[in-house]
Amino acid sequence: MKLVAVTSCPTGIAHSEMAAEALEVAAKAKGHEIEVEVQGAAGGPPIGAATIAAAEAVIFAVDATVRDRDRFAHLPAVEVRTREAIDRASAIVDQAVAAAERAPARATAAAGAGAAGASRTDDGERDVLASVTGKSTSKGEEVRRWLMTGVSYMIPFVVGGGILIALSFAIADAVEVTQHAIFVPGEGVQSAAALGIDLRTWFGVLLLAIGGTAFSMLVPVLAGFIAFAMADRPGITPGFVGGLIAVQVEAGFLGGLVAGLLAGGIVMGLKRIPVTGTIKRMMPILIYPIIGTLAVGALMYLVVGEPVAALNAALSGWLGGLSGANQILLGLLLGMMMAFDMGGPVNKVAYAFGIAALDAGNFQVMAAIMAAGMTPPLGLALATVVRKRLFSQEEREAGEAAWIMGASFITEGAIPFAAADPLRVIPSLMVGSAVTGALSFWFNATLQAPHGGIWVIGVIGNWPLYLVAIAIGTVVTAGMVILLKSVGREAPAAPAAPAAA
Amino acid sequence: MSPTISDLITPALVTVDLTATDRRAAIDELAQLLEADGRVSDRATYVDAVWAREEETGGTGMESGVAIPHAKTPAVSRAGIAFGRSAAGVDFGAEDDTPSDLVFLIAAPEGADDLHVRVLSRIARKLIHESFRTSLREADSSQAVVDIIQREVEL
Repeated sequence: MKLVAVTSCPTGIAHSEMAAEALEVAAKAKGHEIEVEVQGAAGGPPIGAATIAAAEAVIFAVDATVRDRDRFAHLPAVEVRTREAIDRASAIVDQAVAAAERAPARATAAAGAGAAGASRTDDGERDVLASVTGKSTSKGEEVRRWLMTGVSYMIPFVVGGGILIALSFAIADAVEVTQHAIFVPGEGVQSAAALGIDLRTWFGVLLLAIGGTAFSMLVPVLAGFIAFAMADRPGITPGFVGGLIAVQVEAGFLGGLVAGLLAGGIVMGLKRIPVTGTIKRMMPILIYPIIGTLAVGALMYLVVGEPVAALNAALSGWLGGLSGANQILLGLLLGMMMAFDMGGPVNKVAYAFGIAALDAGNFQVMAAIMAAGMTPPLGLALATVVRKRLFSQEEREAGEAAWIMGASFITEGAIPFAAADPLRVIPSLMVGSAVTGALSFWFNATLQAPHGGIWVIGVIGNWPLYLVAIAIGTVVTAGMVILLKSVGREAPAAPAAPAAA
Repeated sequence: MSPTISDLITPALVTVDLTATDRRAAIDELAQLLEADGRVSDRATYVDAVWAREEETGGTGMESGVAIPHAKTPAVSRAGIAFGRSAAGVDFGAEDDTPSDLVFLIAAPEGADDLHVRVLSRIARKLIHESFRTSLREADSSQAVVDIIQREVEL
């Protein structure tokens, strides 16, 4: 099979070159032809149009935006980070081949469309998408990447703002701090004496003001960077403005998502208008910011803002109304999502849902999500202690670090184990996290900070039972891992060493 | 005239027993080799430049145990690569926290067109191959390391 790939990393060239080499080696080992374009500091020549036209699938191993991505728009695509390509090139080549095989008609459609990246296909659904976004490839993947870009830029704001707010509530009276303002227009910044409160409360008021300011940026940052992922720098202004309007019209996170997608889509559309000369130079300076922002702003205020706000209110209401069995089901589902890819897109979707719930005033969802994100590393750490012989020396060392990472809600601490033995480890993690998520809901644990693990115990509601939920999930995870690893080991070893131990 | 790999790395630039245990000290230890060999004229400035690059990228360590700290600065008088092997490994910020036991410190003078980048990309590409890493881990002397690199990374 003929494949093409683009590798790219934001700084330096080491990772993009290594990913390129890894993909070349893996593809050739499997008897495929591959041509890789390295987009980076050194970079190589772009892949020729004829090669792209003849290719059956494209792999993007990228940590940064792909230049001239439209060239590949007609190809089924697999998109990963450079590090994934370095570690698992073979599996990624298989995915690309599978993607090409799933889409047999596309290669011929692509040949008909030529190498110019035109998005003519026989598939009506794909044509609709193309007209909206200017892209026609693997729309699910593409949309996912846009959303994840937005979410990943938003998370530092969530963490910074959320922890400061949680700290404020922890050190001072949560009701009292909200009754004062650190800055009063016309009177300036207020001292503790001026507010008539003690120093501890005053510091809480200060923390709340700073954290709240960071939080107020969440939706605009989300929208701005979704639009950035779609349309590059020209997407940022319409995206941020659309996000701010989403906040004004009380459309919340859903509004932010819509604003970002609208802004990105509109600027992508504007970029497709064929222009030359002076007009072309004016596009990024004048046309994108003015027309793009006007269009997004008008749509947000006049068309989509209010329906999305209603939807947002409905979501909040649904969350608030969830009870009993439904909550536990939600806990099971979110728990499994948190453990499924340990910091990957599915995990982030669950996490983003938790933030949306937090925003809507439901603190149980975030508690369940954090607990479920803590048990994968904790459970593996426990397993390495209880059954040393099932783990390699490296894994046992990783287990030591996994205690801290798990306690700090860094689910990624489980990745070394999952990468080495995914079929046994990932289901085990999902079971343990699902149990923890459900228990957290059942125990009615609450969390107002979006991160922090065990270190924010002071702001967790029902914390003793919350710790119980985490402990049970940790034990379940460890038990599952040990069970599955033992079963897998004994089966092949049985003929050689029967009835050993 | 563009340099070949043998102009860039010699046994004097290799240590198979890196003693430093933290990233900055490891960079400095390898930079001393470059300085003693007359390739770095201002070690402090060079190390600062390498450090800045580490901080900017979050570390050049990779999960395979390899790190490629590097900088292009006027503090380098002649291009070179220092290589250090650490028994315990040094944290170079790899995504999975794997300590780096194979450390390539690359020095390029200002105006070295894309030499810096070409050497880096050659080595980075070779490092994908497990056999290359294994032979570097098994080499028993500085000369053996240089022989392996020369054989594998021909410019």
